[in-house]
Amino acid sequence: MAQFTAPCPPREGDISRRSVLQGAVALGALGPVRAADVVPHAAIAVDHKSQVSKPMTSYIGTATSRIDGHAKVTGGAKYAAEFNVPGLVHAFVVASTIAKGRILRIDASEALRVEGVIDVLTHEKRPRMADTDQAYKDDVAPEGTPFRPLYDGRILFNGQPVALVLAERWEIARLAASLVHVEYEQEAHVTDPYRQREAAFVLPEPAKSRGNAAEAFAAADVRHQGEYHVPIEHHNPMEPFASTVTWDGGGKLTVYDKTQGVQNVQRYVCSIFDMNPDDVRVVSPFVGGAFGSGLRPQYQVVLAVLAARALERSVRLVLTRQQMYSLGYRPAMIQRIELGATTGGTLNAITHDAITVTSQYEDFYRNETTWSGLLYKSANAQYTHKLTRLDLPTSCDMRGPSATTGVYALESAMDELAVALSLDPLELRLRCYSDRDQNNGDVPFSSKNLRECYRQGAEMFGWEKRNREPRSMRDGSELVGWGMATGVWEALQVPITVRIKLTANGHAEVACATSDIGTGTYTIMAQVAADALGLPLDNISIKLGDSTLPQSPVEGGSWIAASVSNGIVTTSNAIREELLRLAKRVPDSPFANATSDEVALADGRLVSRLDASRAISIADVMRVGAVDRIEQEKSTSFANDGKHAHNAHSALFAEVKVDEQLSVIRVTRIVSAVAAGRILNPKTAHSQVMGGVVWGIGMALHEETLIDHKFGRIMNANIAEYHVPVNADVHDIKVIFVEEQDHIVNPLGIKGLGEIGLVGVAAAIANAIYHATGKRVRDLPITLDKLQR
Amino acid sequence: MINFHYSRASDVADAVQQIRADPAAKFIAGGTNLLDLMKEDVERPSLLIDITRLPLKTVGETAGGGVRIGALVPNSDFSYHPLIEQRYPVVSSAIRAGASQQLRNMASTGGNLLQRTRCAYFYDTVTPCNKRTPGSGCSAINGINRGHAILGTSEACIATHPSDMCVALLALEATVHVAGPKGERAIAIADFHRLPGDTPQRDTNLDRDEIIIAIELPAQGFAKNYTYLKIRDRLSYAFALVSVAVGLEMDGGTIRQARLALGGVAHKPWRDFAAEAALNGQVASPETFRRAADVLLRDAKGFAHNTFKIELARQAAMRALTQAANGTPQSQSNKKIA
Ligand SMILES: Cc1cc2nc3c(=O)[nH]c(=O)nc-3n(C[C@H](O)[C@H](O)[C@H](O)COP(=O)(O)OP(=O)(O)OC[C@H]3O[C@@H](n4cnc5c(N)ncnc54)[C@H](O)[C@@H]3O)c2cc1C
Ligand code: SF4
Repeated sequence: MAQFTAPCPPREGDISRRSVLQGAVALGALGPVRAADVVPHAAIAVDHKSQVSKPMTSYIGTATSRIDGHAKVTGGAKYAAEFNVPGLVHAFVVASTIAKGRILRIDASEALRVEGVIDVLTHEKRPRMADTDQAYKDDVAPEGTPFRPLYDGRILFNGQPVALVLAERWEIARLAASLVHVEYEQEAHVTDPYRQREAAFVLPEPAKSRGNAAEAFAAADVRHQGEYHVPIEHHNPMEPFASTVTWDGGGKLTVYDKTQGVQNVQRYVCSIFDMNPDDVRVVSPFVGGAFGSGLRPQYQVVLAVLAARALERSVRLVLTRQQMYSLGYRPAMIQRIELGATTGGTLNAITHDAITVTSQYEDFYRNETTWSGLLYKSANAQYTHKLTRLDLPTSCDMRGPSATTGVYALESAMDELAVALSLDPLELRLRCYSDRDQNNGDVPFSSKNLRECYRQGAEMFGWEKRNREPRSMRDGSELVGWGMATGVWEALQVPITVRIKLTANGHAEVACATSDIGTGTYTIMAQVAADALGLPLDNISIKLGDSTLPQSPVEGGSWIAASVSNGIVTTSNAIREELLRLAKRVPDSPFANATSDEVALADGRLVSRLDASRAISIADVMRVGAVDRIEQEKSTSFANDGKHAHNAHSALFAEVKVDEQLSVIRVTRIVSAVAAGRILNPKTAHSQVMGGVVWGIGMALHEETLIDHKFGRIMNANIAEYHVPVNADVHDIKVIFVEEQDHIVNPLGIKGLGEIGLVGVAAAIANAIYHATGKRVRDLPITLDKLQR
Repeated sequence: MINFHYSRASDVADAVQQIRADPAAKFIAGGTNLLDLMKEDVERPSLLIDITRLPLKTVGETAGGGVRIGALVPNSDFSYHPLIEQRYPVVSSAIRAGASQQLRNMASTGGNLLQRTRCAYFYDTVTPCNKRTPGSGCSAINGINRGHAILGTSEACIATHPSDMCVALLALEATVHVAGPKGERAIAIADFHRLPGDTPQRDTNLDRDEIIIAIELPAQGFAKNYTYLKIRDRLSYAFALVSVAVGLEMDGGTIRQARLALGGVAHKPWRDFAAEAALNGQVASPETFRRAADVLLRDAKGFAHNTFKIELARQAAMRALTQAANGTPQSQSNKKIA
């Protein structure tokens, strides 16, 4: 299904792509030939900045265009709502119009009379589904009672699905949905975090406090305390949530779903409908963005499966943009930070408290607060996290969950402390620099090159020319502000299984059930496999996004690149060992006594590391071994020695220009310097970080879900009114990858790079706005009216 | 979205005939507003009368020295037409400040005049709204009203008219030509849109069996000293929080004649003769501009979230007057405020 071979012809002006193909053409033309004839592949690395080519031997680290890019831009890549089968039934959701209460009556008679309507499912009229909480717990479900769509008459949030119309055409289903009449018994709801602030309950301590922060704060030479506010935000991926369920006969289903984890969805569906795992296959070859909203299975997949089972037909359900606002969201949060420092600018007290929101039925939260005492050295640190319940769906992960928001508050507070100390904000960061993770046993980092991020970022930005005084810099009618902030994220890794099939003609198929949510996973998998197997990139094909493939957890937390890459290396090593075993059978084998670490795979051959002239081609090895392929499937897990912390870091520098009279804000420059271990693909990595910066502009200036608390309804549930940055809002963005070699975190030294691009950006912009205007706005988004007040 | 019938109008008379015959029929031009509202079930026409093939697509000079623009001229063609760019640059600029290029390619001149408010409650059929369902109440007055009106509001409705183009048309004193069962008539743009009063369901004074056939711009275009300044929550592709259209006829440093209109602040594009009187014959100076802006906003009244608009409108008016007087109009591609 989700098979991908680098398919596209080289295009003008696409240097990296062309270079990769040069090597490929050289080898690809030869087919299964003798080892001696093989021309070594010579991928040309493109230096990202200068575009100057230099020879290199590795795909890893070489800017490489997406191998699926051509299919994506020509419509060849199919998304969940695009799989067609004959006789497809179209479903449309009827959503609740109250935030809390109970359904008294559903009258679907008018809808059922519309020609082309097949049925209307409701909680009173549907096939059986599981009746225990446990059955609805997906792999990443938080504590609580998971939402069960169309299960009973209880209304838990506005926009909750209450009926599902099934029709021969989508337009008919949509029309009929407007004719389903629902009567409710309404109960008082609450959707305003500020009204529920007092009702917040304390969660278990996010990390062990150290010292006595309150005392140290009271005794500090210089103190800052502030409260910072982030509103609810929605993910708004381009692709809508959708599921196409094909009825394959005999009760078997194929589920094409928009998800970040096919196997999570597969287990979830089997569990809710008590189905045999062999009868449910979940497929998701491409995902048009998800940003965390696809980590948990969403209700559309339950409803689509429910309908397919009810009708014993294939069904498609696509949510409208408006309906996507009834899924998860980044929780609103109120954060209080206290920082106490010496006059010399070293921290002695950090207190970070957070209140975040969730639904009435599940307790979703992450640790906003502990980033503070991780990022900066302080003998005293204390964290408190409270949660409050609203009549909304459960909040969920959204790009850089907890760090994006926690670090926004921390880095704003650090900027304020720098002002209180009359110290350059960058200098303050350096004085508080921490070489150890004081939260978790005071251990060193596996690597931490944040100092170099600060240095290179500041240099490229021209930070030294900054005048510290607010309102001191101008450009005509605009006030100019320069701000900076730090970013941090965890380098996570998860157990994963990879299967590789190597054929005698030097082609390899790499398979794993992970997703590519748009980050470029297909491409980095091919790059790593090409290097590990010593083959040209174009000889690698990648299979992913299919629950029948080897095990992978959901793609999230920036953990897949590190996990799957090291997984590919593990399985490639097994392939190499098998080749060596066979090679020993070759008459007069040059490898008769070789051990596995004495040989490598390069240029389609098994080669001695000790003497490069000793080599046998893969084709010859397989001929002798009388096999035409070698297949290996291996699991990789990552032992944490407990002696090191694993984190990625970044330094952000932002320039804003604010019209003095009208307060119109423009973010004219951003430099993001990132240290995230080994960068597999500078091109897609650059895109990731750039996308993070654009998102950060939106977080700082635009994004906010507006709820009318009287109705408990989201009033800007569309992308005309829910603002994200447009091209005019995005100016100069520069991304630097700072060299960071890490031999501890994992064999390839990869830390992952998705979330880190966003963390810190909003704070850098907010700090720049303060520097420009002298006005400190502590609630996001910073719209121009907040500067006027 | 409900099922509807579709027909094509063969000529203007046929269009009028068709709309008279079916009280629930609607004209469709670019569809960029009507279709959205139909998808939300806010508009539920029984019949769509497609007027896009009517011969109302030309821009031409009139005997009186003005320019007449057919109702079906796309917004982009209107904006980029050489006659408009040269003689009425404030209109070109205002159109380009609105929506996106793709939308402007679809949107028609007539449809732009008749686009409906962006009030979120108007769009959400679950919430009360007097404009959508007369008598049901106004959810915005005590709800989310950051984008709402500060001038000419009523107890029944505080919505704004979202058009940018119309603000410039008002400043230039354009005329709307319409055809109906009794023949053609001309409506001054100032009389075209209405204040909400107690009938917010009526946006304009166009009768429901009338069709817009053209806009006419008078000879005077204020092409030398003009600007269209739009302030919004992001730098493009957002509706105005406040916008200002200015045309000045200068005599050295003195303003001989001023035109000043606001958008995003009322149920109709807003013009105030008293504010213009405060400019006419005065030396173009910050004090003059401030006085005029004060007059313009003297009756402004804010609600829970939009009080900031009063000061913003005042400052924007002063800035726009400065831009126009200096001959440095706001660019719609470089988003730096001039
Ligand atoms: C996302 C988005 C952003 C936008 N941003 C802006 C903005 O920033 N500034 C701005 O000014 N506008 C903006 N617009 C609105 C846009 O300008 C209008 O939708 C457009 O001008 C309407 O023209 P149309 O031809 O598509 O009208 P239609 O949708 O076809 O019709 C609108 C109404 O006018 C009636 N009608 C159309 N033509 C005639 C006629 N000749 N005689 C009588 N009745 C007629 C129709 O029956 C209907 O009721 C935006 C729209 C969208 C969707
Ligand atoms: S302001 Fe007008 S359009 Fe908005 S809810 Fe009130 S009546 Fe309806």
